[in-house]
Amino acid sequence: MNQRERAFAGNGDSARIGNSMKEGTHLSPPPLEVHDVTVAYHKRPVLYGIDLTVPMGSLVGIIGPNGAGKSTFIKAVMGLLPLSGGWVKVFGKSFRESCHRVGYVPQRESVDWDFPVSVMDVVLMGRYGRLWLAQRPTKQDREIARECLEKVKMLPFANRQIGNLSGGQQQRVFLARALAQESDLYLMDEPFVGVDAATESAIITLLRELKSRGKTLLVVHHDLASAREYFDMLILLNMRLVAFGPTAEVFAPELLQTTYGGRLTILSDVVQSLGTQS
Amino acid sequence: MKLPGLALLLAVVGLALIIPEAAEAARINELSDSTLGDRAARFFTFKDPSLRNALAGSMLLGVCCGLMGAFLVVRKLSLLGDALSHAVLPGVALGFLWNMSKDPLAIFIGATLAGLLGAGTVQLLRATTKHKEDAALGFVLASFFGVGICLFTMIQNLPGGNKSGLDKFMFGQAAALGRGDVILLGVVTALALVAVVVFYKEYAITSFDAGFARSLGMPVQLFHYSLMLLLAFAIVSSLQAVGVVLVSAMLVIPAAAAFLLTDRLGIMLILSAIFGMVSGGAGAFFSFVGRNLPTGPFMVLAAGSVFAAALFFGPRHGIFSRWLRQRSRSARILRENTLKAIYHVLEDQDFAIEQVSTRELAERRRETLEEAQHQLGTLRRHQYVTMSSDGDSASLTPEGWHRACEIVRNHRLWELYLTNAAHLAPDHVHEDAEKIEHILGEETVRMLEKRLNYANRDPHGRLIPGLEDMRFAAVRHPGQQRATGFGSAANH
Repeated sequence: MNQRERAFAGNGDSARIGNSMKEGTHLSPPPLEVHDVTVAYHKRPVLYGIDLTVPMGSLVGIIGPNGAGKSTFIKAVMGLLPLSGGWVKVFGKSFRESCHRVGYVPQRESVDWDFPVSVMDVVLMGRYGRLWLAQRPTKQDREIARECLEKVKMLPFANRQIGNLSGGQQQRVFLARALAQESDLYLMDEPFVGVDAATESAIITLLRELKSRGKTLLVVHHDLASAREYFDMLILLNMRLVAFGPTAEVFAPELLQTTYGGRLTILSDVVQSLGTQS
Repeated sequence: MKLPGLALLLAVVGLALIIPEAAEAARINELSDSTLGDRAARFFTFKDPSLRNALAGSMLLGVCCGLMGAFLVVRKLSLLGDALSHAVLPGVALGFLWNMSKDPLAIFIGATLAGLLGAGTVQLLRATTKHKEDAALGFVLASFFGVGICLFTMIQNLPGGNKSGLDKFMFGQAAALGRGDVILLGVVTALALVAVVVFYKEYAITSFDAGFARSLGMPVQLFHYSLMLLLAFAIVSSLQAVGVVLVSAMLVIPAAAAFLLTDRLGIMLILSAIFGMVSGGAGAFFSFVGRNLPTGPFMVLAAGSVFAAALFFGPRHGIFSRWLRQRSRSARILRENTLKAIYHVLEDQDFAIEQVSTRELAERRRETLEEAQHQLGTLRRHQYVTMSSDGDSASLTPEGWHRACEIVRNHRLWELYLTNAAHLAPDHVHEDAEKIEHILGEETVRMLEKRLNYANRDPHGRLIPGLEDMRFAAVRHPGQQRATGFGSAANH
């Protein structure tokens, strides 16, 4: 009953997105267009011919097995990795031209948490994209950083060194930094990894709030079971784009099986739970 | 960051200006037979021009190596400093061969080029082979250094040219610093300071999270390479004073000491520069007092002492202060356990008495009379108890009563929590509560009370003292003072 209601709500959401997308094409270019993108590490391709257009105001999950190129996809979008083919457009322009409209949450392990900076310092870095070279953060930037910390309930920790935080708290700090960027498109790399249940629900609430304010979010996610509940669109990725569309359509046993290939053991549980739900 | 940066810059300019014009004083060599004390006294008159050069140069090199080293340490590139400093050696030899003299500029250019070539080789090896940074650094360090040694041997065997002082590049000789060397050091240090102060924000973010910085559209590579260039400048200009072999120590050790003392990058940079300056100055001093011994080893020893001091006496992470903290913690736990024992004795008597004798306490704690006396003495010093006139029994002060109630409350609440929420057997919860009672904060206690519905009896049926009980100065009867534990206080 509850599940069905939720599924219904999900359908309603995606229908609304469809409308806003139609409006969006008239008013402004889509937040993210990826055309035939191929990425290679040491000449060995890890992503082949990815082709998709993300509509404005959608909360998109990127799922796929380990090594499917989920992080690579996000990094390629931002130009952190060179493309061997294809192109990426962000709000109709190159990433470089639009980078001030993009917020980024890297993987938590990507930085050294012993680095001598405070929580506040890290969140302020979210403002650096708006500052001139050599310009110091202004009072207003500090005020915004403070608000973002408050939003993720980390303000009491503002002066802590970042290593003295739990995994969930560190993730909140990264999220606050992305919020401080005040962007229109957010790219998040595994924001749910290694966080406690309270943080996970706080994060998803925040993501939904951003979405309701018309922001577009792409979130790399590793947990199939919650992906269905969290996102209104899904990108199924395994070196190729397996499927992209509203969760209700894409979260189907055949497509998931194609995505996850032989790794059926984990999958069968999900498929089973799918069966019981419908 | 701005003000201290400016202050440092002024200090650097000042140091560079204390360069002597003429050598009217007696040369160091003429004083070679004076005593150590005389030489130390002579050092502090600062009359000797070559001494002033040596001191100013050493302190300048300390500042710029300290600044660059701080970035190496936080970027986990400490070994790069080592590799680069060894890689410059062939460049020094080639710079000398340029016109067979110790021309500072020629040597500076040659050494910088060799250093950059070394850094480039590391990058190339990493990018094109499956080797990681460590193997690439090891290769560059050893092979470049080997080439340098060969070239030096060759130069020694060549006829002509002024080869004196060339051997000083190995272990450093601050006394051999000329006016030109000091000016060069001043320029490089000022450059490093200005770069770090002006682009502090950029260097900080590219060091911490390069991927994020690139997502903001920052030229991350540019900042990385500019830092490497400044590093090469710092190494090359420091060579004469500290030597090829040990310059990496001046990069890493002051920064590592600073890292132990702070967890803010700005403060770390300032501390590192100061430590470098002090170590440089100390190196020059000992080298002078010790009759022109090599400067490098003394600088490194001085920096090492600073590091050791930070390691042992650092206020937060220092070994000594941690030991002190641990000691004060165990003393506190002992005090609290004694207070708890007094509470138990009183409770056994239904709080009908106010005084607890040393014997009763000793029996309760299963300790000797002396130990119990000693503990009561400690409690008295902390004003938790007052002793009777014969010194044989103690009664709790209001503070003592309050603290004893808190400890007993913490203990019993935790026991109750473990049995109720974690479903542990009541006879298994005591040990755990013994430990946790000393560290539960007020906030956690409030949460526990709430979760336990303000229960007032522990799993063993004993009363849990509440806020109301603690407010009363002397011995009270907890059960009669309140009906429902903390709830009663909250309901008023």
